[in-house]
Amino acid sequence: MQEDCLLELRGIDKLFPGVLALDNVDFTLRKGEIHALMGENGAGKSTLIKILTGVYPMDAGSVKVEGKPVHINSPQDAQNNGISTVYQEITLCPNLTVAENMFIGRDNRHWVKQKDYEKRAEEILQNLQIPARARQQLGNCSLAVQQMVAIARAVDMNCKVLILDEPTSSLDDKEVQMLFTMMRDLKSRGVGIIFVTHFLEQVYEVSDRITVLRNGELVGEYLTEELPQVQLVAKMMGKELEELNELSDSEEHTASDKEVFYEAEGLSSSEALPFNFSIKKGEVNGFTGLLGSGRSESVRAIFGADKVGGGTVKIKGKNVRINKPIDAMKNGIGYLAEDRKRDGIIADLSVRENIILALQVMNGFFKPISRSESEAFADEYIKALKIKTASRETPVGSLSGGNQQKVILARWLLTHPDYLILDEPTRGIDVGTKLEIQKLVLKLAEEDVSVTFISSEIEEMLRTCSRLIVMRDRHIVGELKGSDLNQAKVMKTIAGGEA
Amino acid sequence: MNNMFKKLIKGGMGQLAIPLIAIALLVIFNLIRDPGFFFVGISHNNDGNIVLQGNLISIINGASELAVLAMGMTLVTAACGGQDISVGAAAAIAGSVLVKTLKSGPQITGGKVLLAFILACIVAMIFGSFNGTLVAVFKIQPMIATLILYTCGRSIAYWINGGATPTVSSPIISAIGSFIPGIPVPTPVLIVILMAIIFKLIFRFTSLELFTQSVGINGSAARLNGINSTFIKLLSFIILGVCVAVAGTIGVSRLGLINHETLLLDIEMDAILAVAIGGNSLGGGKFKISGSIIGAYVIQMLTITLYAMKVSSTDVKAYKALVIILLVVIGSPVFKDRFNKFVNRMRGDKKGISEKGAAKA
Repeated sequence: MQEDCLLELRGIDKLFPGVLALDNVDFTLRKGEIHALMGENGAGKSTLIKILTGVYPMDAGSVKVEGKPVHINSPQDAQNNGISTVYQEITLCPNLTVAENMFIGRDNRHWVKQKDYEKRAEEILQNLQIPARARQQLGNCSLAVQQMVAIARAVDMNCKVLILDEPTSSLDDKEVQMLFTMMRDLKSRGVGIIFVTHFLEQVYEVSDRITVLRNGELVGEYLTEELPQVQLVAKMMGKELEELNELSDSEEHTASDKEVFYEAEGLSSSEALPFNFSIKKGEVNGFTGLLGSGRSESVRAIFGADKVGGGTVKIKGKNVRINKPIDAMKNGIGYLAEDRKRDGIIADLSVRENIILALQVMNGFFKPISRSESEAFADEYIKALKIKTASRETPVGSLSGGNQQKVILARWLLTHPDYLILDEPTRGIDVGTKLEIQKLVLKLAEEDVSVTFISSEIEEMLRTCSRLIVMRDRHIVGELKGSDLNQAKVMKTIAGGEA
Repeated sequence: MNNMFKKLIKGGMGQLAIPLIAIALLVIFNLIRDPGFFFVGISHNNDGNIVLQGNLISIINGASELAVLAMGMTLVTAACGGQDISVGAAAAIAGSVLVKTLKSGPQITGGKVLLAFILACIVAMIFGSFNGTLVAVFKIQPMIATLILYTCGRSIAYWINGGATPTVSSPIISAIGSFIPGIPVPTPVLIVILMAIIFKLIFRFTSLELFTQSVGINGSAARLNGINSTFIKLLSFIILGVCVAVAGTIGVSRLGLINHETLLLDIEMDAILAVAIGGNSLGGGKFKISGSIIGAYVIQMLTITLYAMKVSSTDVKAYKALVIILLVVIGSPVFKDRFNKFVNRMRGDKKGISEKGAAKA
């Protein structure tokens, strides 16, 4: 153990019902370093941070702060051990002053004079070069300054370890630079910073070391300067680059010369920048890119899930307008949303009701599906997709993740779509179900259904898709097909090709 | 046996378990207290009709307005996850419109009553859509949105009839408020049954139930499945508007006059309570209209029981509150959860052994 070790996590396990979220993970933070914690969705970053901050208890492992073993059972424990977190969303009170925000709830002495802490706040602000005044209302400061005040508050509470969870996602370039200056300043004062972000450029700009997690396991710890960007992407997505080059595509992807089903030109939404896209009948394509690259936003735009900006859409060559989900559904498009809990299941309703929901909406308000008919539909799909449920009347919320996903798949299959968009259909579900879903996608394609398939696991996409659209920073940066469909090429395109 | 019990607590029946048990307990309590409490007699009323009489009839009859309002309130609660506290005031408006129309000519004919009722419905639906627009379009908390009409509704009712409390005397109105000649069951009870059937038919022939529950449980997912949640929420308020007009009509007909200050005063709280006692989550989502109807009868039976026990009307509210505390605590998820755990522990030993045996095998 080095002398300057600030924080040592060893052999951390965390078990959620049915999922090993963290499996024997080690993490080391040294004094005065900025350490980026990287990984795709479900890698275990946020679980690790929540253990460190006392939100979740860990199931196995040990935590040492400055060499001393500690037990962190609550956020208060974390704070007492000098571990502070600043989250992506500002968790301060915008209607209080900067000074009040910095001192609120920190001690029980009610008689501290306002002037005293305002003076103290002013000192800290100057010391850290934060462009704000103590008496200013926090809500009037820019987001970056609010973030910095949150950090100042954390630092002033004797924080040794500062966790920044996606601090830059709502900041513009200039604000990001302000934040980085402050981070470097804190680093020079010996604070250890854990930096969680999905912006690769920022990692390379500011961090000293990188720890990569994948599927709850530690991939490795690297010095930033020794790890090229494309290698980092490879590690996050799984597969060493050497291995990648050896991998050749097992399956033959033949581009179909069938008619184009869907075509969009300059399509944009409140979330997605304009893009062009088309898909043929029976084609399986994929959108890939890191989290935040705009892949989900783009497919949501196709479905009309967000406020539509502009662009023209043609289905089978005819101009159509898709402004909201029901328009897309009436044109034969189905969309399985990325966030199953938030946008997919209606948890308290039964498996049966969840399965018939989309079809019922398409049939219309005045044409309800009869009970017996809906039971027949439910039974048919429970059997076809091997959905494990006690009965068709079981609330869908009590099913396992994989089975919930199958229920939503059943919901869309029941509408007999011409074009099905599957956004992360395999996330957080067991391997067996993953394979079933991939097989299902290929079977649908044989039946002339167009499918857009999105997955964080690149192998899955390579197995199923005949064309990959690569996105970075909300733009389409490449379209790969045929011999280009291999991991190395995909990752190079994702990372920006400068490897 | 255990399964049945579990089903009662958890399954479809589970939601109705609490109100049904409450009714059963009240019935048993009353039977012990006074075996003749539920005696239903036949007598002649002032008009010489044969009618049913007794405590049971007055409970069921007296709860009519509450039951009708509870049905609509259930729908609003399910879709919006909040309640409409303006139903009493809105009913006063609907009642005033009704009376105003009835008073507009020399005599009251059947056609005029129908017209008056339709006008009352339309006005109540307009006020309902006002509330609904605030909630569904402007995303204002239902309680805040309806606070507006709650505050000003009785003033509007006052303006409609120029501050007077006009009376209407007509055989048709008294038939609506008490008995139709030749039918021994009070008309308000028949109206409740009719409304329940109408709701049943709406659920049978439209997707209202599925869509409302979807919007209430997971609005985001409902939207991505093409459901127009704004419309569903608005619709729930408009349907409640119809219920308000019906309740207002019953209330006016019962008394034969409209008093904008007292008509269905404070009924909104009982209506919300009926929804809660009926096992419906006040946070929205899954609902059972039948539960709310039973809830309305529970409240009314409780009140009548207390009166029958010679509890003074000032004390009734306090006693009512005691019983209601009990009911809502028993109905709470926390209690259910602990109760289930308790039941599981009680039979845990036996089951644990048999499971181990199974695992070995």
